[in-house]
Amino acid sequence: MKAKIHVTLKNGVLDVQGKAVAAGLASLGFAGIGDVRVGRFVEIELSAKDRASAEASVKQMCEKLLANTVIENYRIEIAE
Amino acid sequence: MKAAIVVFPGSNRENDAADALERASGKRPALVWHKDTELPSKLDLILLPGGFSYGDYLRCGAMAARSPIMREVIARADKGTAVVGVCNGFQILCEAGLLPGVLLSNAGLKFICRDVHLKVANSQTMFTNRYSNGEVIRFPVAHHDGNYFADADTLKRIEDGDQVAFRYCTPEGETVAAGNPNGSIANIAGVFNATKTVMGLMPHPENATDPATAGPLGGSLDGKPMFDAIVDALAK
Repeated sequence: MKAKIHVTLKNGVLDVQGKAVAAGLASLGFAGIGDVRVGRFVEIELSAKDRASAEASVKQMCEKLLANTVIENYRIEIAE
Repeated sequence: MKAAIVVFPGSNRENDAADALERASGKRPALVWHKDTELPSKLDLILLPGGFSYGDYLRCGAMAARSPIMREVIARADKGTAVVGVCNGFQILCEAGLLPGVLLSNAGLKFICRDVHLKVANSQTMFTNRYSNGEVIRFPVAHHDGNYFADADTLKRIEDGDQVAFRYCTPEGETVAAGNPNGSIANIAGVFNATKTVMGLMPHPENATDPATAGPLGGSLDGKPMFDAIVDALAK
């Protein structure tokens, strides 16, 4: 089983990397660039028995290390 | 006073901090490696130094905050042992939950290495009682992720609890955007925990204590009162 985790800054938290990327894209001539948010993508191979226990343990991993919930949200996908 | 400095892979200011503590106390603090699971007994002060622990992987301070020695640091802090985190040490204390808020990348996305001016926001603590409220002092900063952030509720709690230690300001002491090097919310450069036994700050007081860099070379000695205050409070 594989867990795919997306960690992104919460709305309202200034994303300076996103701002710089937006400016970079605009300077390359890409038109219509709105807000850009830069996040983190983590893939974890798991030997969990079932989906539910995999999800539960990955949620713990996010809360304890992978995300700082003061500033970040996370989204978990479990793939077989 | 018995002090220990915790050294993580990537710490780089541990000797500067040890020098500053030794200058104030006459005693060299113990350096403790992050893989150790025990701190020396009967410690009065634990200092987490500046640097780039674990290469700032994941988030600055995130990996160090979960290393074995930090469980012991948290346990001692909970019992009231004084803890100071400077720069990366501040980031680690926030990640470990010993201090509120978090440090984001500098608003200008640049690494900043220069002196900054700070306004003392709370001089009624064991770390800051040699300063007076509103006093303007000068410490160097050297960081990429020093942009202090706390959500509105946390910020209110910090302000109401007099937990702000220092604010960035202009040389004239104005806490305005022009005096804020990194975009920190409310110009916050350092904070205390609720009981004022833990302090974290981005600027480097230990690098404002050496007479060899002061005088004609222009270095500040404004960090000395902080170390003197700490030694005073913890001297036995």
